[in-house]
Amino acid sequence: MSHEQTPQIHGATAGGQDLDRADAALPARFEDPGLPEHRLRQADIDPAADKRAERQVVAMFALSVIGTVGFLIAYFALPPGETVASMRLSNIALGLSLFLAMFGIGAAAVHWAKTLMSDHERQEARHPQRSDAATREAALATLREGAEDSGIGRRGVLKGAVVSAVALAPLTVAVPLIGEVGGDWNVSKFRHTLWERGKRLARDPSGEPIRAADVTIGSVFHVIPENLREADHWIEEKAKAVVLMVRMDPRDLKEPTERAGWSYDGIVAYSKICTHVGCPVALYEQQTHHLLCPCHQSTFDMSDGAKVVFGPASRPLPQLPITVDDEGYLIAQDDFDEPIGPSYWERLR
Amino acid sequence: MSTVNRAAGGTADYLDQRTGVGLAVKSFARKIFPDHWSFLLGEIALYSFVVLLISGVFLTMFFVPSMTLVTYDGPFAAMNGVEMSEAFASTLALSFEVTGGLLMRQIHHWAALLFMASIVTHMMRVFFTGAFRKPREINWLVGFVLMILGLAAGFSGYSLPDDVLSGNGLRITDGVVKSIPVVGSYMSYMIFGGEFPGEHIIPRLFTLHILVIPGLILALIGLHLFLVVLHKHTQYPGPGRTDRNVVGYPLFPVYVAKAGGFFFIVFGVIALMAGTMTINPVWNYGPYDPSPVGAGAQPDWYMLFLEGALRLMPGTGTEWVIAGYTLSLNVLIPAVIVPGLLFTALALYPFIEAWASGDKREHHVLDRPRNAPVRTASGVAILTAFFVLLVAGANDLVATHFALSLNDLSRLFRVLFFVAPVIAFVVTKRICLGLQRKDRELVLHGHETGRIVRFANGEYVEVHKPLDQYERWLRVNYDAHRPLELLPAEDERGVRRKGYRRDALRARVSRFFYEDRVEPVTPAELAAAQSHGEHDALGGAEHGDPTLLQAAANIKPEHGGNPAGEVVAGPRTPRH
Amino acid sequence: MKAIAARRHHRFAPVVLLALALVLTGGLYAALAPSAEGAAAPTTDDVEAGRALFVANCATCHGVNAEGRDGNPTLIGVGAASVDFQVSTGRMPMQLEGPQAAAKPPQFDREEIDQLAAYVASLGPGPAVPSAEQVDPALGDPANGGAIFRTNCAMCHGAIGAGGALSEGKYAPALAQSTPTEIYTAMLTGPQSMPVFNDANITPEEKRDVIAYLEEQKNGSPGGTSLGSIGPVGEGIWIWVVGMGLLIASAVWIGAKSS
Repeated sequence: MSHEQTPQIHGATAGGQDLDRADAALPARFEDPGLPEHRLRQADIDPAADKRAERQVVAMFALSVIGTVGFLIAYFALPPGETVASMRLSNIALGLSLFLAMFGIGAAAVHWAKTLMSDHERQEARHPQRSDAATREAALATLREGAEDSGIGRRGVLKGAVVSAVALAPLTVAVPLIGEVGGDWNVSKFRHTLWERGKRLARDPSGEPIRAADVTIGSVFHVIPENLREADHWIEEKAKAVVLMVRMDPRDLKEPTERAGWSYDGIVAYSKICTHVGCPVALYEQQTHHLLCPCHQSTFDMSDGAKVVFGPASRPLPQLPITVDDEGYLIAQDDFDEPIGPSYWERLR
Repeated sequence: MSTVNRAAGGTADYLDQRTGVGLAVKSFARKIFPDHWSFLLGEIALYSFVVLLISGVFLTMFFVPSMTLVTYDGPFAAMNGVEMSEAFASTLALSFEVTGGLLMRQIHHWAALLFMASIVTHMMRVFFTGAFRKPREINWLVGFVLMILGLAAGFSGYSLPDDVLSGNGLRITDGVVKSIPVVGSYMSYMIFGGEFPGEHIIPRLFTLHILVIPGLILALIGLHLFLVVLHKHTQYPGPGRTDRNVVGYPLFPVYVAKAGGFFFIVFGVIALMAGTMTINPVWNYGPYDPSPVGAGAQPDWYMLFLEGALRLMPGTGTEWVIAGYTLSLNVLIPAVIVPGLLFTALALYPFIEAWASGDKREHHVLDRPRNAPVRTASGVAILTAFFVLLVAGANDLVATHFALSLNDLSRLFRVLFFVAPVIAFVVTKRICLGLQRKDRELVLHGHETGRIVRFANGEYVEVHKPLDQYERWLRVNYDAHRPLELLPAEDERGVRRKGYRRDALRARVSRFFYEDRVEPVTPAELAAAQSHGEHDALGGAEHGDPTLLQAAANIKPEHGGNPAGEVVAGPRTPRH
Repeated sequence: MKAIAARRHHRFAPVVLLALALVLTGGLYAALAPSAEGAAAPTTDDVEAGRALFVANCATCHGVNAEGRDGNPTLIGVGAASVDFQVSTGRMPMQLEGPQAAAKPPQFDREEIDQLAAYVASLGPGPAVPSAEQVDPALGDPANGGAIFRTNCAMCHGAIGAGGALSEGKYAPALAQSTPTEIYTAMLTGPQSMPVFNDANITPEEKRDVIAYLEEQKNGSPGGTSLGSIGPVGEGIWIWVVGMGLLIASAVWIGAKSS
């Protein structure tokens, strides 16, 4: 099929052949009746209405002036102060007067345009966007002449040189930018957290270490490594090391043999960073032992290896192996045995 | 008065001698713009951007884009002694210690939401009226890029106060970026300058937010408006409005007053909201800390569809390990692939439709949405998919407010995401075709008057009032495109034609767009209906319906044969 | 002068109100203190009366001796605090099965609740109802309470206690209507889905800070109406309804022909 063929039915031809059967005198399509007759407004015919409209416009501008004055008064008389109520009052007074100041001008201008300025519709002709054939030809000729003059077509080496120079020059900015923008680019830091053998589990945010005896059944503790604040880049470390610890009846706990000994008397600790896209997963329902992420609602079963039971996460939360030290404080046995948080390309490499 | 006039004249003369501004004033001051409320939707976007610039400059005077930790000491009791970044502390200070600062902050944020809402509405108007057709395809793309930049501006600004809510938003961004194959981890490092959250993200977002993105937006708004002036504004169909004219009011003074006034109305409405309604109360969310998260963890509305997509994707079995490398389809599909497809379809729509219609004419008169049923239905289908994702992004709130289970809601939305757009498409298309038929009915038979006449023979008939020519013109002035037809696979010499397969695809797409259609009434049809009308009033259906026959005869296309399944372009249900 | 007077009036009005509120709360606590003491030292009569109430109203589900049955929990060792929370918020006795027991107007008066609590407390050691001082928001530090709340509570109850969804139709309720004692006993006993926050996890002082933080929220938001404190989704709805609504109405006005 030819693409040049204009497929749509133009009025001039639609059903044209059949028209003679109906009425040869009728056109193929209706004629544009043209603009309807202009209708005069109240303000055009009634001087009183005209005067009234003008008064309304003036009143709206006056309202704006009142608003501006009110805003200035509110600014000086109603500073935010020290209490929530005074802050709110200041904000409301300023906001409402600003509304009046602005809306007054807007409404006045629009009302003015609608009632007092001419509402006779006018026409302007449109012209096709494309330039005419002569202009196009002249433009092409100019370009051809310029290219000829520069000799870019003939001087091959010169062409190569200019392209290379212009293409390479941006490297002066790009290389240092890309080199520096990612810090040390050492993405293997994703693998490790502050947890290590003997590191005490501490309460977030106070940093006080936790005794196993204090973790009663049904409890949930938000946990950080002890002495977190002394670490370099402690916020980045905290972002990886936060742990959620719960205690349940040991009979409710299903533990695979390879993780035997990772829990302590019904106390289990899992990374709080979701394996989906990294939100802190923290809604622990103590009756079902389900842990729900408030961001995307991945649900993990804390009694069964934090396996995914619902939602967009694919992998269980990494488990932190724990035990207690001589003083009865909970400690980590080791770091997590896999990278915490969302998956990334080289996670298993 | 005369002094003022002399001064104005002197200034004008001074400027004109140096810039020749007279020519510009002469050509622009009386430039005609058509009038319709829906043409003001883009202006809402423009004006909320101006409000964003004004309030944004105010905020930069007090905001400190730094992640250095400080301890808060200020008038807000619930934060006293709390450790926080300087970005957060300065946000509190500019809210509670700078008089009018809180108002400006709330103006800025409401204006940002309004900016995106009006862009989307404006885009819907352009889409459903076909304003993107030649010669405006480029301007559609410019507008599309502006929408993406609006999303970027919103997201970068939303994260600046360094609160728990936006911080978790950044963390989700980090998780999504990490899921990108091969380069994900490095892109995460590139964004955060190392590991999340680092100390660089707030200053970096600040530079993007106050310099790079607004600069690009300003430049593209300039281009957008330049193209509007160059093309002259589109106009709605109506008597006297053609593709070769523009009907409306002059820029000066009518549009200076209306459009200028509308800026103040937009500013006023934003001020009203900012004065009375709390927005983004970061003091509730608290300073960012990687550990906490709040229920109702959602982004601003224009990013909510991404949140919804992430929530709906089932995770089981969607993380693949290929040769030791991890591919997270559970993140990639909802956060990258689905939005990528939806947005690409949106950006390319003008070109797809032009390809399907083969229409190469310039269009300056808009389509009524009913007269482009498949376009309208496609638009509604995309909006429906978007809306399902939006509601899914708020499914926890739906669950609590309507006492439902969010798990059930998620399962429902998973189905709806696929089913609802299809239903929306079919229903919308049927509604459009139905409205077109109703237009035909009206043109052919006029308005019902409610006046019942009794004939001598005792028969009762309702009198119908014919449409006047203006009413009629609105309903008959459109083109019903026909599907492109496929030339045979082999030419007359039996040689296989090049490009046949592409043409076959194109014909299929074209059939999808234009197979079902209702043609406008022709004068002949109207004449036939009117002569039949009296007869009709007296007779009844037992005579058969000549109108139908007439109409069917009239639409016989000249390109050879009706495609199968074509809707007969006549009154299917003759009025009686 | 008048303007200054008005400003002073405005500035100190909240302070005066606060002082009044403090006096009032103090008075209330003074009035309530005897009953709190009564709960701390119940008489054998109370225990007996409580037992009678228990058998009549609770034994069907929890067993005649509160040993639990048919999957319903035992109440031995849950303590007076648990009874006080469950019964005074109307959650128990539960009226219909659902994802979780909903709060409703309490079925018993204060005295009966104390008697029930005394009976259950007599069955085994468990957390007691806190004293008036332990739950006095005026003695707490709202800023510290906010930090505790964000780490331990906000993920379920929302940043300032507006509530939130849990899985399978369960939910964390809004806390705006909860009394300081209810907040305290809820943390202490972990009702239903809620985990337990014992005194080693969140100390009694920290619990009082949390109460102070939640009381602080009753002052409302500095920015105007709080829009339900449900976050950006609420704001998104309002920008479409109010913002776009008003502006489209204005646009229609601008575009309409004047009569």
